[in-house]
Amino acid sequence: MNIPNDLLLDMYYKMVQTRYFEETAARLFVEGKVHGTAHFCIGEEAASIGVSSALDQEDYVLQTHRGHGEGIGKGMDLKRMMAEFLGKQTGYCKGKGGCMHIADFSKGSLGANGVVSGGIPLSVGAALSQKYLKSENITVGFFGDGATNEGNFHESLNLASIWDLPIIFVCKNNYYGMSTHINRSMNISDISIRAKSYGIKGIALDGNDIIKIYEETVKAKKYVKKNGPMLMVLNTYRWMGHSKSDAQVYRTKEEVNEWKKKCPIKRLKAYLLEQKIADEAGIEKIEKQADNDIKEALEYSNNSPEPKIEDIFEDVFAD
Amino acid sequence: MREITYAEAVREAMSEEMRRDERVIFIGEDIGVYGGAFGVSRGMLEEFGEERVRDTPISEAIIVGCAAGAAATGLRPIAEIMFSDFLTFAMDQLVNQAAKNRFQFGGQAMVPMVVRTPEGSGTGAAEQHSQSPEAWFCNIPGLKVVAPSTPYDVKGLLKSAIRDNNPVLFFEQKLLYRTKGQVPDDDYTIPIGKADIKKTGSDVSIITYGRMVQRCLEVADELDSRNISLEVVDVRTLNPLDRDCIVGSAKKTGRVLIVHEACQTGGLGGEIAAVVADSDAFFYLDAPIKRLGGLDVPIPYNPNLEAQVVPTREKIVQAVESLL
Repeated sequence: MNIPNDLLLDMYYKMVQTRYFEETAARLFVEGKVHGTAHFCIGEEAASIGVSSALDQEDYVLQTHRGHGEGIGKGMDLKRMMAEFLGKQTGYCKGKGGCMHIADFSKGSLGANGVVSGGIPLSVGAALSQKYLKSENITVGFFGDGATNEGNFHESLNLASIWDLPIIFVCKNNYYGMSTHINRSMNISDISIRAKSYGIKGIALDGNDIIKIYEETVKAKKYVKKNGPMLMVLNTYRWMGHSKSDAQVYRTKEEVNEWKKKCPIKRLKAYLLEQKIADEAGIEKIEKQADNDIKEALEYSNNSPEPKIEDIFEDVFAD
Repeated sequence: MREITYAEAVREAMSEEMRRDERVIFIGEDIGVYGGAFGVSRGMLEEFGEERVRDTPISEAIIVGCAAGAAATGLRPIAEIMFSDFLTFAMDQLVNQAAKNRFQFGGQAMVPMVVRTPEGSGTGAAEQHSQSPEAWFCNIPGLKVVAPSTPYDVKGLLKSAIRDNNPVLFFEQKLLYRTKGQVPDDDYTIPIGKADIKKTGSDVSIITYGRMVQRCLEVADELDSRNISLEVVDVRTLNPLDRDCIVGSAKKTGRVLIVHEACQTGGLGGEIAAVVADSDAFFYLDAPIKRLGGLDVPIPYNPNLEAQVVPTREKIVQAVESLL
């Protein structure tokens, strides 16, 4: 597939934005400036950006709690994301959702979900709407390896398969459901074969190869519009713990370092340089821009007001 | 006006709303070809077709979750859960997803969906097919809970529920399906959140809902002949409660009896009692607030036992007498 250079550069830019966003957020936690917890997707950027770059604004995505990358990939506003992270009034959810519940319906992001597998049935419903309303667009429901053991996953694939819904079920397999490796939680090692149980197509990809992921998502979008759902498993790895308070006693530093060598950002950078799509100066410019974006987002958030308790009943119900 | 059954009223409400608004679809187990486990949706598949009346697998979580996702993206689904007991399979999607979606995403979406479900005992279906779990769901911000008692009420309230831009959980007591009542020919709605005084009276307020409404009205007739004047308040909406109506009635009569078939402990009677106690009606009470719920047992199979574990006419009469 011939991917235009500016798209490749944009994907690099978005991966770097994601990386810097997560690193900044992680630092804020360490500094005690953020309430609650957060789940960082550092190391999984290719999966997030590779898939979302192949989608239109009107395609729906539903993210997991580890979903900041998909949001950035869908073009969400970093300022409002960071503001939500800091619980501010100007955040996407008026400070009421926090980082596990970031959403931008105007960009097709129907929300990150704090419940493992909780968004998968919702994504089936979104695809049903699209089919019923004869939309040209599709839905991508994201979830992790752990979610594939929840009943929601199975019921969702089953229903989508019998109703031929235009949905790509994307499993970001990072091998661990919190502290439990998949070899302890399931009797199979290739999650994509679960598609067979529902009579649908299932593929497994190197989750750190953004170009391959992009290409396959383009194909998948065409496929599901015509044929109904499919399952795409992206095998990748998260560099940080499950959440901010994870001492990571369940995996070795060697394993983490092996995966760091497969960094998706370094990989795309090497490709861009090798193919002469950009030079070192060009890459540095992109990285500086991304760094600036995050700094601006942080400044915006720090200067934003707190939400007021007087407004607390707003949005419990719609009028 | 014409007389129709409660089941026909439910069917009319759904069908009329589906004719009126193409975004309304109906999904559930055995609702299409079979016409619904209680015959409620007979004929609807024939009228509206497979795109709009969809039989699902036996998968309550995805039934509710799919409805929630579709509601957040432009449709107005009605989902049926065949027995209220099986709402347990759908709890995450109903409670953690549908009810919280709008609030947790800062108002970006609305979730206009209805989950309809038959509930209650009296059909010999025993422990796992006879519960009245409505109180569990009255403790969830973002979810409205309705339990109408008559054909007139169920049609008007179901239309309101379908037109409501929020998740509404709609309980239909199974034994009510065959009951009959007068229903207008033309379109009408009843607002969610408004109780209905089914009989005015002056001595004791009976606050009730669902299957027990008719039983309380029969008791009221019986006690009329003994010159005891009961006021029967049909709550109709369980959350949000019509506090003004409940408190107003309590102030008027000074004696309150709450009757429901759901188990007494943790039942909605506790909430209603607190609403009365924590209002200026308290100073008008001439007797302690009394609750009469079902016995705190699972619903047994034997028909005599089954009949006696919910409030009987005799028990309601005794309860009223104890307040006088």
